[in-house]
Amino acid sequence: MIQADLNTILPEVVLAVYAMVALLVAAYSGKDALASALTWLTAALMAVLAAWIGFGGSGTTVAFHGMFHDDGFARFAKVAVLLSAASVLVIGRDYMARRDILRFEYPVLVALSVAGMMMMVSAGDLIALYMGLELQSLALYVVAALRRDSVKSTEAGLKYFVLGALSSGLLLYGASLIYGFAGTTTFDGIIVAAGAGQTPVGLLFGLVFVIAGLAFKVSAVPFHMWTPDVYEGAPTPITAFFATAPKVAAMALLARVLHDAFGGVSADWGQVIAVLSLLSMFLGAIAAISQTNIKRLMAYSSIAHMGYALMGLAAGTAFGVQAMLIYMAIYVTMNVGTFAFILGMERDGRPVTEIASLNLYARQEPGRALAMLILMFSLAGVPPLVGFFGKFYVLRAAYEAGFAWLAVAGVIASVIGAFYYLRIVYYMYFGEEGEGLDKMQSPVLWGFLTASAVAMVLGVVNLFGIEGAAAAAAATLVN
Amino acid sequence: MDNLLSIVTFTPALAALILVLFLRGDDAAARRNAKWLALIATSATFLVSLFILVQFDPADTGFQFVEERDWLLGLEYKMGVDGISVLFVLLTTFIMPLTIAASWNVTTRVKEYMIAFLLLETLMLGVFMALDLVLFYLFFEGGLIPMFLIIGIWGGKERIYASFKFFLYTFLGSVLMLVAMVAMFADAGTTDIPTLLAHQFDAGTFSILGIQIVGGMQTLMFLAFFASFAVKLPMWPVHTWLPDAHVQAPTGGSVLLAAILLKMGGYGFLRFSLPMFPIGAEVLTPLVLWLSVIAIVYTSLVALAQTDMKKLIAYSSVAHMGYVTMGIFAANQQGIDGAIFQMLSHGFIAGALFLCVGVIYDRMHTREIDAYGGLVNRMPAYALIFMFFTMANVGLPGTSGFVGEFLTLVGVFQVNTWVAAVAATGVILSASYALWLYRRVVLGDLIKESLKAITDMSRREKAIFAPLVAMTLILGVYPALALDIIGPSVEALIQNHETALAAGTEPAMQVAATH
Repeated sequence: MIQADLNTILPEVVLAVYAMVALLVAAYSGKDALASALTWLTAALMAVLAAWIGFGGSGTTVAFHGMFHDDGFARFAKVAVLLSAASVLVIGRDYMARRDILRFEYPVLVALSVAGMMMMVSAGDLIALYMGLELQSLALYVVAALRRDSVKSTEAGLKYFVLGALSSGLLLYGASLIYGFAGTTTFDGIIVAAGAGQTPVGLLFGLVFVIAGLAFKVSAVPFHMWTPDVYEGAPTPITAFFATAPKVAAMALLARVLHDAFGGVSADWGQVIAVLSLLSMFLGAIAAISQTNIKRLMAYSSIAHMGYALMGLAAGTAFGVQAMLIYMAIYVTMNVGTFAFILGMERDGRPVTEIASLNLYARQEPGRALAMLILMFSLAGVPPLVGFFGKFYVLRAAYEAGFAWLAVAGVIASVIGAFYYLRIVYYMYFGEEGEGLDKMQSPVLWGFLTASAVAMVLGVVNLFGIEGAAAAAAATLVN
Repeated sequence: MDNLLSIVTFTPALAALILVLFLRGDDAAARRNAKWLALIATSATFLVSLFILVQFDPADTGFQFVEERDWLLGLEYKMGVDGISVLFVLLTTFIMPLTIAASWNVTTRVKEYMIAFLLLETLMLGVFMALDLVLFYLFFEGGLIPMFLIIGIWGGKERIYASFKFFLYTFLGSVLMLVAMVAMFADAGTTDIPTLLAHQFDAGTFSILGIQIVGGMQTLMFLAFFASFAVKLPMWPVHTWLPDAHVQAPTGGSVLLAAILLKMGGYGFLRFSLPMFPIGAEVLTPLVLWLSVIAIVYTSLVALAQTDMKKLIAYSSVAHMGYVTMGIFAANQQGIDGAIFQMLSHGFIAGALFLCVGVIYDRMHTREIDAYGGLVNRMPAYALIFMFFTMANVGLPGTSGFVGEFLTLVGVFQVNTWVAAVAATGVILSASYALWLYRRVVLGDLIKESLKAITDMSRREKAIFAPLVAMTLILGVYPALALDIIGPSVEALIQNHETALAAGTEPAMQVAATH
């Protein structure tokens, strides 16, 4: 029995054991000499795990008495998390090394947090959920403050920690309410309690707290306050990490809780999620307009994008989950490319994050500017780029579930949001000659930027087949 | 050649890709290569597109040259043309080489300029051929990106404001259409345009927030599509982006904007609004007709007051598009025939007028009317050509401008006499602003020092105008050339429209009565 259970969580075990071994080896060998090698190794391991999970797994397996679900949904989310984490490690390595902050803890912490995320998306029980979430969060708090000598970075770490702890508190409170009213912590038990005719109000109360706690993690309005500061304060590779893998994991976890444990009362939570979605889309679109720092801008952009992903979730249907998964996959791809660009923004070897510094970048580096242009239009959701299809999926999901007002609001927010993406294009292409940026050196950054931009164009043909995968994943979650 | 339409559509994009991938550097040779490649690609596209015209069977009112492939989400990659769209395809391929040739003097970032234009051609062609809602939307919206860049990079002094206004205005209009498309997809279960044309959307009256909506879903969807197409066309009062965009855009951009991009709005009305939501259209026809008339009279008056040549022509475009919407929503043979004809003819005439402005702008770098006067003394050939297109713009019989205006007026006269009467005054107004412009710029004595050395049109410039003059004359003298192709499809469209109305109105009215 335990053998089978362990087999099911083998990828997680491998990653966790790897992280601990790496920690020991690096700690005993001293110095940060191993850091660079460890980063590559971690990224490679994640890529291998992604391939293993993506191609190897099939069917639905439940381990540890319902604590852990290995199903199509979890696998889709895990592959997205692993691949984005691996990409971010690779694109950030050079940046970290040149600023002397490539400590060996960095890849180890990222690996641990990814292990936590994998746990999260597979959770089948409130306790397992909390374990995964905390493992992920604790590692993230530390990496946010990785740059110990920088006031901003430590501030970011502390802020993230305090607010994150608060959100964990909310989540735990909600979980205890749910346990109190349902009499069980497993999702399988809760869905029975929540679906049995009269749903206890306390259960819904608990659900709202859990949603609030998770909304912190996906930085949905009104629980978004930490996002811009943490994005700005943390070193850029860490920001890139925050913007990608944890978002996918938290969104997937939210979907799992809502459907696995509260699938029977989707009408109740649909409204809550719809409001979160509405607020996120508008706040993300409007607040980003006046930003001058590209990292802060990306923070608001991610808030807005979470709003759209939540729109799919609000639908409460299998198609809605599929739309959300596709949206997240596209979002992550675009963000990896965009951050590869931001990581390369330097002047005299120092990182620059002012948007104004992109003045006439197109004349300086036409190729990179073109790639960034494609990504910006894709983020804005302008067809024929792939970003548009993400929006189209969630719009359709929301409309079919009766949220026509949300769909209308969403497209209006997307027009407002288009403004600030256009502003970056404006600086790159229409601006005036100013102090230029250094030539982008790293071929790694260039590669990821180009790959991401090309994917945004070529994906129009068939979205690289993720449609079918997402549909299958959603079908295992919602039935 | 069963994928002729795709070949035509994607040839320019292919050329753009070649430019992106293989053309390096920004020296004189690279610029020349970029220009020649663009010219060759667009000319080749035009030649290939002639095959469409030759093989096109006007008697067949269905879609021809249809290509179908599965796409994601149950969507389809489906292309095809009918009598309504085929001439727009030809107009686009015809205008493009002229635009490229007119842009020969561009010196900044030539490669990017040509890439933007080539991509824009692909997207514009796609709009007229797409037979899938989302595919249509893809092309329709995608055109914003290159146009945004064309205005923003190669435009005039206020180009930033104009480019943002252009983008956000049209984007806002279109996203509402996107929601309506999602609603249609959900309702009909398909995005296939021929299927949707036969689909009856629910027209039962219902109320939202206490407001009775006559025509129900159809009216709402009509309004959503209307938001998009009215901005694109543009109709009064959402036309204000156009003068800014026109004035700031480079000559090539202005020509495309006037000749083709505006037509997408009119085409959209014909392809979607009128046939798919007949009851919604019926409910809102009076509104659209009066908006058109206001556009004709009001923007003609505004044109009179302009001091900038491009702005004047831009306002005159809005007025001429007023005839188009008026003709379309008259919903009879003359009206719609006239509207399509007017769009084609306006493509040649407005395009040529913007080129005329471009000719003297290239020499003097100003578009102020006051900066000119007496050009006829130094530029006789220019004066002649400008005269010709001014007259065509006014709608002189014998030019294509006359046919369109006349047919739309005849069409709308049968529907609403008052609308026709007011619209007819626009003909007089257009004569006044156009002729006055001509007098101030071309006639009189050449007294301005700065103009003394101005040179007449070069051979390249004359060559650009020659085909436009020819088309304007041919279509003016023998309009049947185009009308024979348009006619049968329009007839079928009207027939379907009327049966749908007859079938749809009764239940809708019954429902309304029971409420």
